[in-house]
Amino acid sequence: MEKKIRVLVAKVGLDGHDRGAKVLARFLRDSGFEVIYTGLHRTPQEVAMAAVDEDVDVVGISLHSGAHLALVPKVINYIREYGGNPDEMLVLVGGVIPTDDIVELKKMGVDEVFIPGTPISEIVEFIKIKLPEKRKKNES
Amino acid sequence: MKVEELVEGLLSGNRRALARAITYVENDYPESKEIMKRIFTKTGKAHIVGLTGFPGVGKSTLVSKLTEEFRKRGKKVGIVAIDPGSPFTGGALLGDRLRLDGMDSRKPLWTDPGIFFRSMSSRGRAGGLAAKTGDVVRLLDAFGFDVILVETVGAGQSEVDIIEVADTSVVVMMPETGDEIQINKAGILEIGDIYVVNKADLGGAEKVERWLKYMLSLDEESVQMLSQMTHADEARVASGEFFERRKGWNPPVVKTVADKGEGIAELADAIEEHFKYMKETGLIEKRRRERMKRELFEIVTDDIIKLVKEKTNYRDVIEKLVRNEIDPYTAAERIVEEVLKSGEKG
Ligand SMILES: Nc1nc2c(ncn2[C@@H]2O[C@H](COP(=O)(O)OP(=O)(O)O)[C@@H](O)[C@H]2O)c(=O)[nH]1
Ligand SMILES: [Mg+2]
Repeated sequence: MEKKIRVLVAKVGLDGHDRGAKVLARFLRDSGFEVIYTGLHRTPQEVAMAAVDEDVDVVGISLHSGAHLALVPKVINYIREYGGNPDEMLVLVGGVIPTDDIVELKKMGVDEVFIPGTPISEIVEFIKIKLPEKRKKNES
Repeated sequence: MKVEELVEGLLSGNRRALARAITYVENDYPESKEIMKRIFTKTGKAHIVGLTGFPGVGKSTLVSKLTEEFRKRGKKVGIVAIDPGSPFTGGALLGDRLRLDGMDSRKPLWTDPGIFFRSMSSRGRAGGLAAKTGDVVRLLDAFGFDVILVETVGAGQSEVDIIEVADTSVVVMMPETGDEIQINKAGILEIGDIYVVNKADLGGAEKVERWLKYMLSLDEESVQMLSQMTHADEARVASGEFFERRKGWNPPVVKTVADKGEGIAELADAIEEHFKYMKETGLIEKRRRERMKRELFEIVTDDIIKLVKEKTNYRDVIEKLVRNEIDPYTAAERIVEEVLKSGEKG
């Protein structure tokens, strides 16, 4: 049996709506993933420790507060600090993110950014294709 | 990671190693047997507490508040929370962790090094647990957690598997849990060491409490009669297992308002009291002895079947059985003989 892909769907920071994150979580479940949802208002430390303890393959960070350039790298750094390896995982970001910031986030280690309106099936495809690719690259 | 590295890391307090070891065991990787072999002698110290009950009664909320309470009492807490997974898509939404918040926001539970929370999918399995729950609990035990809380799926079906894993089983109910006969059917009255009536802020908690106390006060004969009326798990009731398991212990009924933290200290007291009682009376060894026997026999059975498949021409025997040329009893005897002989040859 192939190992189930585990995905952490995380809401970081102050913004207070999580409809999008919940819809995403359900869709991912129906696509065969094991999905852990964090609920609202998590700190980067909390998300990072959850990612390590739950040994997830994908960390999806959803945020609409505009603080993505500050918060997302923190999540990645804390994962490393807690002994996890972000190079073995996919780090995805969802939210209203300006194009310049997308470039910036990718430099910081984010694998892909999904802006509102992206069909969720695209996210599923991305995970299924990129996760094994990234792992292979990391091994060699 | 190599087995060596994982085991050493796990035993020296490396969370990452623990997390990865759980993944190996949960997915039945080839390394998992070796991991379990190496950590087993380090287990047996933790108090394993199961929480079961219908969906939405407040199990996850109770787990969070209990975790906070045990931390205050200086204990390290490991948590395994199981949610239903679909056998068809393989997917699961593991939503117990999202309740992991205590009453004191200055001490967040998510980043407390004395807490480890792991979500698991039942992957379509019945009985309320994931297949490898027992071994995952052992990994947490070896890591050094004092209390391990296990939240069952809570699908409302018979979830009696928890008694195979937990030292103390906590059954959670709430007012209007459903009709009482249904509750009895689910085996709920048999398995609890402690009963919780959560959501006591809603009306009707006293009624549930009274009913529970009455049911729990009945003698063996009355329970047998009742269980026949309600078609409960008759074999187990008739075997006296119901009474034998709890021997001398009167399950307390604790009222809580989990999301407000009310009744949590009392519940933690009851849980510790039960552990103490079991140790003093030797009940804990008795339960563990039964569990180990069952587990040993399961493993031996698996191993023997593996041998049969490797060492005998069981396929030919099955063909003979199909043609009614041999009876299954004689066939089994011959196969066992053949396995034993293959062992002599080495
Ligand atoms: N009114 C009330 N609601 C509660 C109480 N405890 C938990 N809840 C709520 O009940 C819902 C289900 O709780 P949860 O812990 O997820 O239940 P589980 O499915 O048994 O794990 C959540 O919305 C909780 O906030 C309580 O004591 N009183
Ligand atoms: Mg729950």
